[in-house]
Amino acid sequence: MLVFIIRRSMQSVVVLLFMSLLVFVGVYAVGNPIDILINPQADQLEREQAIASLGLDKPLYAQYFTFLSGALHGDLGRSFVHATSALGLILERMPATMELAISAMVIAVILGIPLGLWAGLKPNGVAGRAIMAGSILGFSLPTFWVGLMLIMVFAVELHWLPSNGRGPTTLLFGLIPVSFMTWDGLKHLVLPATNLALFNLALLIRLTRAGTHEALLQDYVKFARAKGLTNSRVIGVHVLRNILIPIVTVIGLQFGALIGFAIVTESVFAWPGMGKLLIDSINFLDRPVIVAYLLVIVFLFILINLVVDILYSALDPRVRITESKG
Amino acid sequence: MFSSTLRCGLGVLAVGAALVAAPYAAAADLKIAVAADVTSIDPHFFNLFPNNNIAEHIFDKLVQMDPDSKMIPGIATSWKTIDATTWEFKLRKGIKFHDGTELTAEDVVFSIDRVPLVANSPGRFTAYTKAIIGKEIVDPYTIRFKTAFPHPLVPNDLSTIYIVSKKAATGATTDDFNSGKATIGSGRFKFVRYVNGDRVELVRNDNYWGDKPVWDKVTFRIIKSEPSRVAALLSGDVDAMEGVPTADLARLKADPKFNVTSKISHRVIYFNFDHLDRVSPFIFAKDGKPLAKNPLLDVRVRRAISKAINRPAIAERVMEGQAIPSGQLVSEKLFGNVPGLKADAFDPEGAKKLLAEAGYPDGFNITIHGPSGRYVNDEKIVQAVAQMLARVGIVAKVETAPMGPYSSRASKQEFSFHMVGWGASTGEASSPLRSLLATYNVDKGLGAVNWGRYGNPKVDYLIEQALQQVDDENRKIMLQRATELSMQDLGIMPIHFQYTMWATAKGVTYVPRTDEYTLAFQFKPVKG
Repeated sequence: MLVFIIRRSMQSVVVLLFMSLLVFVGVYAVGNPIDILINPQADQLEREQAIASLGLDKPLYAQYFTFLSGALHGDLGRSFVHATSALGLILERMPATMELAISAMVIAVILGIPLGLWAGLKPNGVAGRAIMAGSILGFSLPTFWVGLMLIMVFAVELHWLPSNGRGPTTLLFGLIPVSFMTWDGLKHLVLPATNLALFNLALLIRLTRAGTHEALLQDYVKFARAKGLTNSRVIGVHVLRNILIPIVTVIGLQFGALIGFAIVTESVFAWPGMGKLLIDSINFLDRPVIVAYLLVIVFLFILINLVVDILYSALDPRVRITESKG
Repeated sequence: MFSSTLRCGLGVLAVGAALVAAPYAAAADLKIAVAADVTSIDPHFFNLFPNNNIAEHIFDKLVQMDPDSKMIPGIATSWKTIDATTWEFKLRKGIKFHDGTELTAEDVVFSIDRVPLVANSPGRFTAYTKAIIGKEIVDPYTIRFKTAFPHPLVPNDLSTIYIVSKKAATGATTDDFNSGKATIGSGRFKFVRYVNGDRVELVRNDNYWGDKPVWDKVTFRIIKSEPSRVAALLSGDVDAMEGVPTADLARLKADPKFNVTSKISHRVIYFNFDHLDRVSPFIFAKDGKPLAKNPLLDVRVRRAISKAINRPAIAERVMEGQAIPSGQLVSEKLFGNVPGLKADAFDPEGAKKLLAEAGYPDGFNITIHGPSGRYVNDEKIVQAVAQMLARVGIVAKVETAPMGPYSSRASKQEFSFHMVGWGASTGEASSPLRSLLATYNVDKGLGAVNWGRYGNPKVDYLIEQALQQVDDENRKIMLQRATELSMQDLGIMPIHFQYTMWATAKGVTYVPRTDEYTLAFQFKPVKG
């Protein structure tokens, strides 16, 4: 196990290095930020000075090596427009995005797996059919449109929930600012989290249903029933446990995607997360933040995959994490 | 595509709002939805509209601008020239900073000195301070500025420089301002909190020297998405918003629960022509081959393009009436406006005739470039212009991009014909003239944003004279003459002045401003 983790970490460093090069070159190609940053009234001399002070006068490879040597010391550069560390800026915004993504995933799991099970066990019932029909909507409606509709119904018409923004935050473990601990914060969280959850909710319903459907036909289920086990034990232990592997994989992959997809939800709900920061940074061509953001996301994906791999072995005794698997 | 779908959704939103009364928050608190991100609270760090908009509340300036962009006394009660290169400013006595210390000439000098020294600034205010080469404190309430050459714009320039407290800001970094440690101004509001990407909170300064604002507490909420900003107003989460999308204008105006105010902006929307003697990168003959000669060098071709554009139609339909067609650089009330100088009338026949005279009876192909999401309806304007040009035989394609990558290409002369906007932030025509129409000249620091590389020695002469002409009447005549000449040449082609729009809940009104600022103290509660 330890060897596996060490090996994974070394691979991750290579991936991060490659990614940083790719992003750096890509962002460089998009354009020079100086023309949107500088005071329009500035003259050519001031323009040159601004370019030099941001280090943009140096050739690409020199800029990249400056970045790399900084990165090795844990410094991913300084935001052009905020004058603070790019990584610090991202970490400052990360709790908001994480809270949103985790809430969305919790909603999707808590609702999606039971509903999927239900639909799988009673595929021809009214409820089963309704669940499946509903999940099609979850798949097909665009996030931003659903978001606006949620705002329209619950904020503008009914006045039940605020239309946007994040509520007051309190510190969790004295460290991480979260908003779900207060009533007002929770009210702010409901709409964006639901909006972000919809796609995954639909996905989990379909996956669970398909898995359940298949598992019910397997010999071990028939055998368990023949043994006289209770229905709840058959479903709760034998069926559920066997269909969890694909579900955990998808939850893992989708969790990364949630953080990425959060950009749309964050914009619609003016949620002060990382996604909004990325959009703003792209508008300013704030290179250090764009590069740092993408590296952080890559890192998160690597981390999530690692966790998923470890979870596999916990769920399925046949899967053994060994050195050779890498 | 994305934004048009958003607007469809918003149409439904607005209908929904009509059914429900918007509750109006307690009179003493004001929540305002603003459209762009505040990147810092340090008033000298980055000359960026949203940052300045916040600084306007916390800090004072020597000279302030009224809603029509006319200079009015701020910290300075009066200013005059002592000789051609010396300006004297008299400061108001008894102005207190938020920490209770008095504002004196020391703080003014400190603030101006701080401008070029702020670390890591991406866009400094130095354009407004560099003319001043010497500062002399005559007494705590009198200060003299020396300039290297006669410089009439010292008061205009200083209307952009925020005065910070020397005591609080000595050695302070931009981070110290963001945290509030150094954010000690003398303005109408005191700083409370800045949450990056989310909000800025302020409270009233009860010791303000002028009219005290009515609001105890002001919150600026940063909501960039247009439909979300409108929804926040409709749902009563905010009391006012800036940047009303034109698509929602009619509905908000029709709804008695909301007020919409608008005002002509100091910003002119215009097109740059490629004035370089070269094979222009995006102009082709009808058979798709590059044209050997740049047709835009011929003023008849430029005039034909200008005549082919139906400006009133753009203002009425694309902008929903929220623009005034323009044939010059600054609007009526600003210094240097030429009375009676109008845009070319829409005349497609005349345009075709001019094109034929210039040797292009069948027109040519061109790609028009424009920014997306920077100016009100920018993409739609470019598309409308392309369709209008097609009618006179100039077949135009449209390419738009976000302002970042767009400006980086436009400033390198990579385009043939492209749209930009310019805000005359010092309130007079010298601002667009020196940056957009003076010949690009590094040594003189002129024409820095002359992306089309237009040049006319007569215009240059007038601009250079005007920039050193301290007598206002003479300067105005020079600026007007330079405007006329450059517009005869169509050095650039103005389209219109856009309106800035604000919407408020019924109980609140706004005094709209030419400079586009959204200032909490200009919002007033309505009695009754």
